[in-house]
Amino acid sequence: MLKILKYSFYDLIRSRWSYVYFLFYLLMGFVLLFLNNDLSKAVITLMNIIIVLVPLIGTIFGIMYYYNSKEFTELLLAQPIKRSSIFMGQYLGVALSLSMSLVIGLGIPFFVYGINTSVAIWDFGLLLVSGSMLTLIFTSLAFVIALKNENKIKGFGYAILLWLFMAVIYDGLFLMSLMFFEDYPLDKFSLIATLLNPVDLSRVLILLKLDISALLGYTGAVFQQFFGTRLGFFLSLFMLTVWFIVPTFIMQRIAMKKDF
Amino acid sequence: MILKVITAILVNALVFLLSTNAYSKTIIVSKNGSIKSLKTGIALASPHDTVLVKQGYYKEFNIAIDKPLTLKGELFPTIDGEDQGEIITIVSDSVTVDGLFIINVGTSYTTDFAAIRVVKSKHFLIQNVVLEKLFFGIYLEKSSHGRVYHNKIIGDAVEEFNSGNGIQLWYCNNIVVEHNIVQHVRDGIYLEFSDSIQILKNTSTNNVRYGLHFMFSNDDTYRDNVFENNGAGVAVMFSKRIIMHRNIFRKNWGTAAFGILLKEINDSEIYENTFEDNTVGITIEGSNRVNYRNNNFKRNGWAVKVRGACYENHFISNNFLYNSFDISYNSNLNDNKFDGNYWSSYSGYDLNKNGVGDVPYRPVKLFSYIVNRTPETIILLRSLFMDIIDFAEKVSPVFTPDDLVDTNPQMKPIKND
Repeated sequence: MLKILKYSFYDLIRSRWSYVYFLFYLLMGFVLLFLNNDLSKAVITLMNIIIVLVPLIGTIFGIMYYYNSKEFTELLLAQPIKRSSIFMGQYLGVALSLSMSLVIGLGIPFFVYGINTSVAIWDFGLLLVSGSMLTLIFTSLAFVIALKNENKIKGFGYAILLWLFMAVIYDGLFLMSLMFFEDYPLDKFSLIATLLNPVDLSRVLILLKLDISALLGYTGAVFQQFFGTRLGFFLSLFMLTVWFIVPTFIMQRIAMKKDF
Repeated sequence: MILKVITAILVNALVFLLSTNAYSKTIIVSKNGSIKSLKTGIALASPHDTVLVKQGYYKEFNIAIDKPLTLKGELFPTIDGEDQGEIITIVSDSVTVDGLFIINVGTSYTTDFAAIRVVKSKHFLIQNVVLEKLFFGIYLEKSSHGRVYHNKIIGDAVEEFNSGNGIQLWYCNNIVVEHNIVQHVRDGIYLEFSDSIQILKNTSTNNVRYGLHFMFSNDDTYRDNVFENNGAGVAVMFSKRIIMHRNIFRKNWGTAAFGILLKEINDSEIYENTFEDNTVGITIEGSNRVNYRNNNFKRNGWAVKVRGACYENHFISNNFLYNSFDISYNSNLNDNKFDGNYWSSYSGYDLNKNGVGDVPYRPVKLFSYIVNRTPETIILLRSLFMDIIDFAEKVSPVFTPDDLVDTNPQMKPIKND
């Protein structure tokens, strides 16, 4: 598995798209900090971009990589290698190279502007951790979709739909149910609904760490009480982990049974 | 004949002056002198004398000033109340207290002990006094025509229930409170039933509850004050004809904090103030006919939050800069006017180059409207979905009040100074 991981990883980090992705973050980091020297403000802006862009790129990249390397995968399948190692290796190769582009691409400009001596370092760290988590989650989901669909167009369609659902439609449904049940106490409901969507969860986790959390008022206080505790924090990390462990597991099972 | 009269008047005046001079003497209180305590000094003094307190450490409380006197400290003598109770009580007209350092006012749950209390007196002057470790600072009660000038009040309040206010006015009128610094008390400056008061150039910061708090106090002027980082900001209620000019409300940041809360404030003028980094710049509730002109709202969570029953308020020529929400409104009915303001989130154009945008600006975002209806939805702050529907609403408004528009949005920030 490690060999395949290594191969996929090197293959990817040599590819043009990884550079583009890396350079994009690098440039964005520098431009943001150039325009606004305030590190914690930059973290907020970055959060906005990351929670939308990272899942999208993760999904697209994951699905693209699978379809592109399909012939190579079939070649590997003919060798005496465990199926699980092949797919896990490829998945981790993609997810890790994407995470690396993100962490290094954003890390360099923030490091240059002195994040390591600033109080915002923990917020920034959390941003990178949740960004990497989102990459892992959405790449694994993309692999599941790709394995399920032989048809490329269909696969792409489902992947985009998945992203759209998580990033936009889910919030719409969330909002509608909040407004529909506004006569009932909604704190527990909104807490659970947030925990269930990795995009919302990362957004709220970061928001609560920033000054802007004061805007959340009473609802924010309920959330703060939950996420502020060690239990809440670990529970949210656990939820994020579940979100990529489960799809990885499903991916393995499909790969085992699938007839290539 | 006329000459004689004039000479007589002059002579009389001279005699009078000399006689008062002869009467008005200075009594020196000193740790090394014959008079060792303030109480003795005040007891020995006749009206209009000066009691000069030399530098030293005086452990005294319940000092009553019952005749017109000047109590003056030299090089800030310390008066330590040893947490026993009230320290100086003024019950006479024309008293001046100057240059004292007063510490350790007693804390009580039944009596409002103050460092300096003025009761039913006129023409007093309290200046250059430093107060520390206090319960209530300067407490003016049913007094008038006085001045509280250039004092420094530094408390150590932590909780609301066992702390007092810095400067408190109760049933007072025609008083000037100027150039004071108040920190770490419950309410920095507190007024109740006090009319025609001038609050000028004070700095009220880091207080547990409010920087400034007043109720039932009409015709007051607040000018050039700074209110910063107070527990809940500034709260003003049930008053009429208030003028607020060039004040700075800054960094009142917390889930229940605001720059200023206006509740039942009518017929007032709020102009050239700066609201910066507050969770809510101004919260308005039941306030009518208030003019907001040339204020700056910078980087607040909400610049203006309008709750119920606010009519005929005019927002003219204000700058709304980089607030998360400019205006929040909880009803569809609008009787308030927004005109000629600068909105940093305005994205219209100005084809005829007259400095006024050609497209009206709608300051209420759909999200802020939804949050008002269902407060829990605030958890969707900064999600992509919210940005999308905000944009949709901006293009074709459906939910936000139709008449809530600024028809003359400015293209450039208004210069307010």
